[in-house]
Amino acid sequence: MSSPILKLVAQRLALGVVLLFAVSVLIFAGTQILPGDVAQSILGQAATPQALANLREQLGLDDPAYVRYFRWLGGVLTGDLGKALTSGQDIATSIGGRLENTLFLAGCAAVVAVPLAILLGLLAVRYRNGPIDKLISGLALASTSFPEFFIGYLLVYFFAVKWQIFPAISTVFDGMPFLQRLQAVVLPAAALTLVVLAHMMRMTRAAILNVMQSAYIETAELKGLRPIDIIRKHAFPNAIAPVVNVVMLNLAYLVVGVVVIEVIFVYPGMGQYLVDHVTKRDVPVVQAVGLVFAAVYILLNIVADIAAILANPRLRHPK
Amino acid sequence: MAKAAAKTAHDGPLLDIRNLKIEATVYPPGEEPKQVTIVHGVSLTLQKGKVLGLIGESGAGKSTIGLSSMAYGRGGVKITGGEVILNGRDILKGGAKGVRALRGREVCYVAQSAAAAFNPAHRLMDQVVEAALEHGTGKRAELEKRAVALFRKLSLPNPETIGERYPHQVSGGQLQRVMTAMALCSEPDLIVFDEPTTALDVTTQIDVLAAIKDAIRDTGVAALYITHDLAVVAQVSDEIMVLRHGRLVEWGGTRQIIKEPRQEYTNALVSVHHIEHAEKTPTTAPVLSVKNVTASYGGGEVKVLKNVSVDIHPGQTLAVVGESGSGKSTLARAITGLLPPQEGSITFAGRTLSNALKDRTKNDLRELQMIYQMADVAMNPRQTVGTIIGRPLEFYFNMRGRERDQRIAELLEKIEMGKGFVDRYPAELSGGQKQRVCIARALAAKPKLIICDEVTSALDPLVANGILKLLLALQAEEDVAYMFITHDLATVKAIADSIAVMYRGEVVRYGPKSQVLTPPFDAYTDLLLSSVPEMELGWLEKAIAGRRMAAAGN
Repeated sequence: MSSPILKLVAQRLALGVVLLFAVSVLIFAGTQILPGDVAQSILGQAATPQALANLREQLGLDDPAYVRYFRWLGGVLTGDLGKALTSGQDIATSIGGRLENTLFLAGCAAVVAVPLAILLGLLAVRYRNGPIDKLISGLALASTSFPEFFIGYLLVYFFAVKWQIFPAISTVFDGMPFLQRLQAVVLPAAALTLVVLAHMMRMTRAAILNVMQSAYIETAELKGLRPIDIIRKHAFPNAIAPVVNVVMLNLAYLVVGVVVIEVIFVYPGMGQYLVDHVTKRDVPVVQAVGLVFAAVYILLNIVADIAAILANPRLRHPK
Repeated sequence: MAKAAAKTAHDGPLLDIRNLKIEATVYPPGEEPKQVTIVHGVSLTLQKGKVLGLIGESGAGKSTIGLSSMAYGRGGVKITGGEVILNGRDILKGGAKGVRALRGREVCYVAQSAAAAFNPAHRLMDQVVEAALEHGTGKRAELEKRAVALFRKLSLPNPETIGERYPHQVSGGQLQRVMTAMALCSEPDLIVFDEPTTALDVTTQIDVLAAIKDAIRDTGVAALYITHDLAVVAQVSDEIMVLRHGRLVEWGGTRQIIKEPRQEYTNALVSVHHIEHAEKTPTTAPVLSVKNVTASYGGGEVKVLKNVSVDIHPGQTLAVVGESGSGKSTLARAITGLLPPQEGSITFAGRTLSNALKDRTKNDLRELQMIYQMADVAMNPRQTVGTIIGRPLEFYFNMRGRERDQRIAELLEKIEMGKGFVDRYPAELSGGQKQRVCIARALAAKPKLIICDEVTSALDPLVANGILKLLLALQAEEDVAYMFITHDLATVKAIADSIAVMYRGEVVRYGPKSQVLTPPFDAYTDLLLSSVPEMELGWLEKAIAGRRMAAAGN
């Protein structure tokens, strides 16, 4: 590895850290301008002014905003996300298990969706403008166009209710055997796969088709290579950067955009946790979950950037 | 035409194309797609080990015919009639599998731009041996050894290790030779060379040409050599076929074609560039005076112009020559203010121009116009010719209505395009016509100086010739000065009054044309002048021998 690459990668990482701090400010500011008073919402309408003042002092709510921000930030940096106002539980602990669940679900969906989308994209290019291409594109677009809750309920109707192959409610718990856990998430993972498949497949197809116009594709054709080899060996490596970008965007969606699916399948993940606590106005939890989501988003985008840099031979092998 | 009996298994010519007809679907703007015939029944034969040059202007169908030997149609092009008999069988009847079996095995292709034809994502060696591996002509190790031997034969630097590099790490001239090695690596019977040296500088072209010629001789491969440059093809071919509009014009031995052409068109191709232009003497008051200009990119990091001084006299032409990267176009950018010089001054029509573009007056801008190499990207495709030429009239002179239209008609008259073009769009014009419109647009501003940046490089020789004649005629009429940037020395001889030779950002030789082109030369000018192909048999060998002597210290 040479120095320009290291420099670029380091730049991206540093940028990601700066971005994360900026996001933390936004999240903090956002929750501050929400109407209502935390102490009031904890103690309820019947609280005496003295009790409110005591609680405010106890929670440090009387300090200026920037002092509270840095106190919060300091906690976050040392792994202390605070306590949930409603239940009094440690947020970091609750998030830990739920983040794991969400990542497991997203991972299962990604393991199926990403290779499938790329494979379908390659096939669509190989048989471009023919019936196979149109069939692939049509089905993929149809699955994207349906709202995710509709797909979710459709899957539940057929696979859980009618044929009773998979459970309708994805209950997972600590110490659950892996295979059982896998079986529990089949339906939500399938629903997620159907939601993100088309976007990735269409982008793969477009990126490769763009490369197919290049002169070096003609060179490959004139070497007598098989069409699928031309696409795989000569077109795909040059389409990696845009493909990785869209894959990462979709992975980010799998992690942070699963709220609806988690609610449908009653899956104990981050999305459900967030929805629960938004309704209860539990500000520390909302802040913490927002920050985790932002971190996932930024991290995946950095990975996409770095992958695009590494995929470019001009940067990997300078003159 | 030599018809020596070839010692082959099938006892016939290697390639026998009979009555080839090729069609394409075109999509004219605003009309229904239609079929046009690109090649109208051309026939040719090629014996084993011989080289046939295919020559003609763009649109003559030479690349299309060359690619038909691999049963390949570029874009929407389709072979619709005739037979292509390679090694005794009609390859058009072989089906997709049969065609794949011969591509990269019996016939290989060398493209015009090797830089674009190599896949940027793979190492050179992987690409060089790929076709041979695919067709199972050998084990990888053995093929790599063969490739290294070919790299050495083609005089590539570091033949052992150059295969480990990526395309962007190797220069254009070297890539062109690697591509030739790639074609030879499969040990084919036939190689199609499609303008393999056109995109190169003259000083590089000569080396690549010599390498290709040696490789053809030593391996005994046959070749179709496609080019628009008769002087180049005369160096490498046994026979030459002249094509025009997809039809055969003349076919004969190389000597006969260049010395005794029988067709008028061939004659025109041979004698192109013969423009007589009497050199004018410098005046005492130059219209543009560039003094000690130094300019750089990246805030002074990369110096691209070093202490450049040249003068251009009213109504005269300064030709700026040099290879790519020598700073010719950068000089134009400095003069026009697009790249403000760091040091030095530019005096124009008696006043000092401010370095930065934004500080210049409208009059400064008007009197200094530019014409570019790519006429089609220098015009708005959604504007008509009338709008394009009318724009400077409105902008600089506030002309409107009938007055403007009348002036547009006059200008069109000047560029010999007359009526009927005012309402056309650029896409409906030929390459030469587009360049003429750009000239008219520059003239519309009534400039004192026009900077012409490689304005004829993208044009066919005969069309380019017409443009040069037009520019000279306009100079006589309007007394406009030209700064003519080019890498083509024949053009320089045809139109220049004075010449500046540039090399790595410096002017290495400067003066009136007669003086610059008279010995003794400095080393670089000598190299440049001796690299220009001449339409003469054996020129290449003589030029290479001359270089070896120079390199040996004579």
